[in-house]
Amino acid sequence: MSHDHDHDHPHEPIGTDGEPKAAARVRALEELLVEKGVVDREDVRRRIDRLVSRTPADGAKLVARAWADPAFKARLLDDAREAALELDLDPGEAPVVVALENTESVHHVVVCTLCSCYPRALLGPPPDWYKSLPYRSRTVADPRGVLEEFGVTLDDDVEVRVVDSTADIRYLVIPSRPEGTDGLGEEELAALVTRDTMIGVAQARAHEPV
Amino acid sequence: MSFEPGQRVRVAARTHPGHHRTPGYVKGRTGRVERVHAQFANPETRAYGADGQPAQRLYLVGFDQGELWPRYQGAARDRLLVDVFEHWLEEAE
Repeated sequence: MSHDHDHDHPHEPIGTDGEPKAAARVRALEELLVEKGVVDREDVRRRIDRLVSRTPADGAKLVARAWADPAFKARLLDDAREAALELDLDPGEAPVVVALENTESVHHVVVCTLCSCYPRALLGPPPDWYKSLPYRSRTVADPRGVLEEFGVTLDDDVEVRVVDSTADIRYLVIPSRPEGTDGLGEEELAALVTRDTMIGVAQARAHEPV
Repeated sequence: MSFEPGQRVRVAARTHPGHHRTPGYVKGRTGRVERVHAQFANPETRAYGADGQPAQRLYLVGFDQGELWPRYQGAARDRLLVDVFEHWLEEAE
């Protein structure tokens, strides 16, 4: 829109239309903290950029290496932070990352009932459903029902282990390596590892031949 | 009091006014220590501007799903693992 007209009408402010209450509150808080010199606006921007720049590709690299190299998998299970650093990945700042292995007999699925704790440094921002009340409340009480809705049906002889991430630890699931992937290299393996498999609501699948 | 892996523990049934990280559905329930994590700043005081000291040990505690939900529909072997701070745990027989 050009601005060569007279200003006889007010212009709408940018970008806050329909803003959720919580977002407005955070923005107001940020403005106060900036005004009081507690935080620097540029630091906040950089931090947000860093958070949203992360993707599940980093977690997938860890899983693919673990599938390809049993010794690495042992190190990943022992100390996921060190294992991530070994692959030049950034495991994030304060929270400890713990990797959990899905096998033929155990299936882990991760939830945060209290909020939305998630291994953001390795998986990027969580999906919206992960933060939703239905996912958070139903996964702990009816994990098999929730998994069914995600398309995962597990036999009764598989132990379903829900992991409720309530505090400082962030959990990352190592999905089972799919059958028929023996000849694949690490990059091809990583392509089979989706975000949802590392939350535990999906199983890794080999690509079907076209 | 500290706890060992495999030890039976009960989550305190107390209410806590204000921020805390112990979900209501495990309060008063008995499980087993699955993992012993490190110590972390106490979120109950850190949430209100304090430094969260003394730090509290964090445990991953495992419960049989049937212990948490009497009408649980899944398999009897299914479990739920949840991180609980040491000051919320009691020794269980």
